[in-house]
Amino acid sequence: MSTKSPVQRPLSPHLQVYRPLVNMVMSIFHRLTGVVLYFGMALLAWWLISVASGPENLEVVKAVMTSIPGRLVLFGLSWALIHHALGGIRHFIWDSGRGFEISAVNFLSWMTIAGSVILTFVVWTLSYYMRGAF
Amino acid sequence: MSMRTPLSRTKGLGSAKAGTGHFWWQRVTAFVNMVLGFFVVWTIVRLVGSDYDMTRVTMASPQVAIPFLLFVMSASYHMKIGMQVIIEDYVVSDGWKTILVILNIFYSILVALTCVFAILKISFGA
Repeated sequence: MSTKSPVQRPLSPHLQVYRPLVNMVMSIFHRLTGVVLYFGMALLAWWLISVASGPENLEVVKAVMTSIPGRLVLFGLSWALIHHALGGIRHFIWDSGRGFEISAVNFLSWMTIAGSVILTFVVWTLSYYMRGAF
Repeated sequence: MSMRTPLSRTKGLGSAKAGTGHFWWQRVTAFVNMVLGFFVVWTIVRLVGSDYDMTRVTMASPQVAIPFLLFVMSASYHMKIGMQVIIEDYVVSDGWKTILVILNIFYSILVALTCVFAILKISFGA
């Protein structure tokens, strides 16, 4: 497929000229979190390989992942996973042909961001609680 | 009047010759990822702070290893399709598009194979 056009055709303006709307921002977040998780899968692979290859290797991975920058990365990844999953549920609702009224679209979009932030804090609070942190 | 041949119309695969296969698999794997993702995240959260032996024994059990295997395969295919859509959307040059789509396939297979290899090695205990 050729991308060269012999005629100069009008282009739609780039999305940065539009006022950000919640459904548009959540759509961008969905793609962005997908990209983040794409590279995050390498961390899962690294952890699995370390478990497969002995205690010394797992200790290295644990040291990296429990350091402050490591925890921040894992926190971000967990939020990205939850956000992407909630975005997926939103897309399933749309795939069923429901939820296309503007009010429903906005509600689902707000639920995606609010739900992902709340659920991420719940997961981390539970995780620390299970370790007896408080 | 359609320019399509009758055979092409019957197959219903359109000009890309792939039909809506990617669309469907993106949704099927998304569903699998949601169900198994809960289990994977829960297992990992439970293992935080465990020592090596505990981690290894947990990961080696079939009840954990099999869902993990299914998850990494489903997730790898899901991310391969997703990244390909992004590349096709944003990369204008045909050359770069081809190279990046191939690299995306290599990366996705590498991630999937690495995870599967590690899980099997843990389970079979070599």
